[in-house]
Amino acid sequence: MNRTTSMMDPPAGWKAYSTDKLALGGVRVVDPSLKLDQRTDLVIRDGIITRLGSIPDRWTGAVIDGSGLIVCPGLFDMHVHLREPGFEHKETIESGCTAAAAGGFTGVAPMPNTNPAIDNAGLVRFVRDKAYGLPVDVHPVAAISLGRRGATLTEFSELIEAGVTMFSDDGSPLASAALMRHALEYARMYGAVICEHCEEQSLTAGGVMHEGAVSTRLGLPGWPSIGEEIAVERNIALAEFTRARLHIAHASTARSLELIRAAKDRGIQVTAEVTPHHLTLDCTILSGFDSNYKVNPPLRTRRDVELLIEGLADGTIDAIATDHAPHAPDEKEVEFISAPFGMIGLETALGVIYTRLVLPGKISLNRMIELMSSAPRRIIGQPEAAVRKGAEVNLTVFNPDEEWTVDGEHFHSKAKNTPFQGWKLKGRAVGVINRGIAWMRGV
Amino acid sequence: MNGVRFNHLLGLEGMSREAITEILDSAEAFLEVLERPIPKVPSLRGVTIANLFFEPSTRTRISFELAEKRLSADVTNFSSSNSSLVKGETMLDTARNIEAMKVDVVVIRHFAQGAPHFLADRISASIINAGDGAHEHPTQALLDMLTLKHQIGALDGLKVLILGDIAHSRVARSNIWGLRTLGASVKVCGPLALMPREVEEMGVEITHDLNEALAWCDVVNVLRLQLERQQEGLIPSLRDYQRSFGLTRKRLEMAGGDKVIMHPGPMNRGVEIDSDVADGSGSVILRQVTYGVAVRMAVLYLISGGERIIE
Repeated sequence: MNRTTSMMDPPAGWKAYSTDKLALGGVRVVDPSLKLDQRTDLVIRDGIITRLGSIPDRWTGAVIDGSGLIVCPGLFDMHVHLREPGFEHKETIESGCTAAAAGGFTGVAPMPNTNPAIDNAGLVRFVRDKAYGLPVDVHPVAAISLGRRGATLTEFSELIEAGVTMFSDDGSPLASAALMRHALEYARMYGAVICEHCEEQSLTAGGVMHEGAVSTRLGLPGWPSIGEEIAVERNIALAEFTRARLHIAHASTARSLELIRAAKDRGIQVTAEVTPHHLTLDCTILSGFDSNYKVNPPLRTRRDVELLIEGLADGTIDAIATDHAPHAPDEKEVEFISAPFGMIGLETALGVIYTRLVLPGKISLNRMIELMSSAPRRIIGQPEAAVRKGAEVNLTVFNPDEEWTVDGEHFHSKAKNTPFQGWKLKGRAVGVINRGIAWMRGV
Repeated sequence: MNGVRFNHLLGLEGMSREAITEILDSAEAFLEVLERPIPKVPSLRGVTIANLFFEPSTRTRISFELAEKRLSADVTNFSSSNSSLVKGETMLDTARNIEAMKVDVVVIRHFAQGAPHFLADRISASIINAGDGAHEHPTQALLDMLTLKHQIGALDGLKVLILGDIAHSRVARSNIWGLRTLGASVKVCGPLALMPREVEEMGVEITHDLNEALAWCDVVNVLRLQLERQQEGLIPSLRDYQRSFGLTRKRLEMAGGDKVIMHPGPMNRGVEIDSDVADGSGSVILRQVTYGVAVRMAVLYLISGGERIIE
């Protein structure tokens, strides 16, 4: 991974450094997997961490003052939409990766709902190559079915050979239980994982928000909890039957959580992710018909939010993923029922999770790093990032004390459809160091 | 005519008792105007009103237009079937273009819930919601309340039954908010598949037994059943719906007592309401239409400033 690259430009206001010779002075290094939490200097040579200790005398490389900063294993977002190819007006791989870096992510897994869908090895390579020269690993998720049409399996063997480890028709859930069964069987045979957006579409057709008291008040068609839960239940049953690995994308309801917990207790190989928006927002926020809050699965009730947070703390939920779903402003700027689903999240996830969950003590800093780095990497089969002497650099640097206000106008993403506009947050990414490149903001 | 001032009329949810009362009181004055030999006042002379109808409507559009003309406003009409929407222009662009022509008030009917709110946040004209999807239809509920006030008097303690497809009804929602605010009790009756979840949180009781509901109520407001509900699988057949939820003379006689019968129109005779009920004693269906003009005059008058005295 320590390839020599021609560097692309860092985000505006950021500076690029080579990792041939780079030192961070006086940082707090936190790596839960290594049970590491200490204040130290960190020295990098030729893209390798060579020292967790004082910067050598007569050091000739760059030195970054890291006092007050935390360095942790590079964050990985296992569920993003980079829109390329096909929807470059919403986001490109470059703009999406720049947004990822600005949010502290050193790796992302883009979903295959592009045009064309990522359903063959050539397209997988196209997506990966587009990130060349960026400090962000792009690890494409391949489609389960050709064209994501839910009919014919993609050629798993060739996709596996091209480096794919996760398959999903994200956004177009598999209606056929038989196709899901066979996808799980192929995935198991090759050691891959199936990621499913769990939605029984006969129950959610036309639905634009959580079905309940608020949708009743607003007269908006409901997307009921049962529409997710019945699919979670079916897919867990198929994972048990096939003894394959299933990853539940963006779980959003309390009952989904119960089903996942019960499945784990029975030893079924199921993992699950939750988004920052499902952990912080509920459907009452839709009262003003603001389409920036329109997302699939929809924002649920306050009770669901509280139980999902408990699920993070007790380990039922394995990972936090943003489901970063960029749309052009004029696409969202229409009446609610006509607006596309989706919110962006790459540039706010760290600040939102740190401010709303870590600072109030709902989860620890270590747990946050597990949820946003080691767990998603483990689930998707990417090498774990570690702050260890001798390891290739794959690091996130953030300032836990920086206070800032979310403003979509200043995002590096092409899109501005954030549900956190105007939020005052504490904790913000300062840099990412990966693939021979360090991008640092304002230092 | 002082007190409450409105910038917009987006819905009755959250509207105060005072505001609703002020509209209904103003409507009383306009009802009197409508009885005059020349039923026209100069109150909104110089005020320009655009009626934007993004969904087919006959009576609501004509009712607004009459109300506007009887107030001497300048009126222009737009409907989605004969303008730029077919070329794919967004609602926002349409509204901005119309606003650029210096319109003071926009009356909007739209298939999308929240469309009037969307415009109110983005253009400077006053917005009147003439029905937005299944969300609200505030002037319909106001005219229903004016009708009841005339027919019965105070709404406090009145027992109103709303019958039919509650889930898809903006009339039901606006009526529930308005009636509850004015102190009436509201029951909703219809098949479970057409009952929105947790509707009891709007302060109503639910029943699926029409006979029991009729025995309870003073007023029945019968909703139109959209015939496409059958294709959507929400009702087995019109016949099946009619058997359980059609308002018939026989059911009314069984329930006993005089009931006020209302319907926002247009009616499916023989489905949700039988002709002998719609046209029989107790029916105020056509009176609703008359009161509709007065209520809309009141709303337009209050929204446009309302400082000009009715002459």
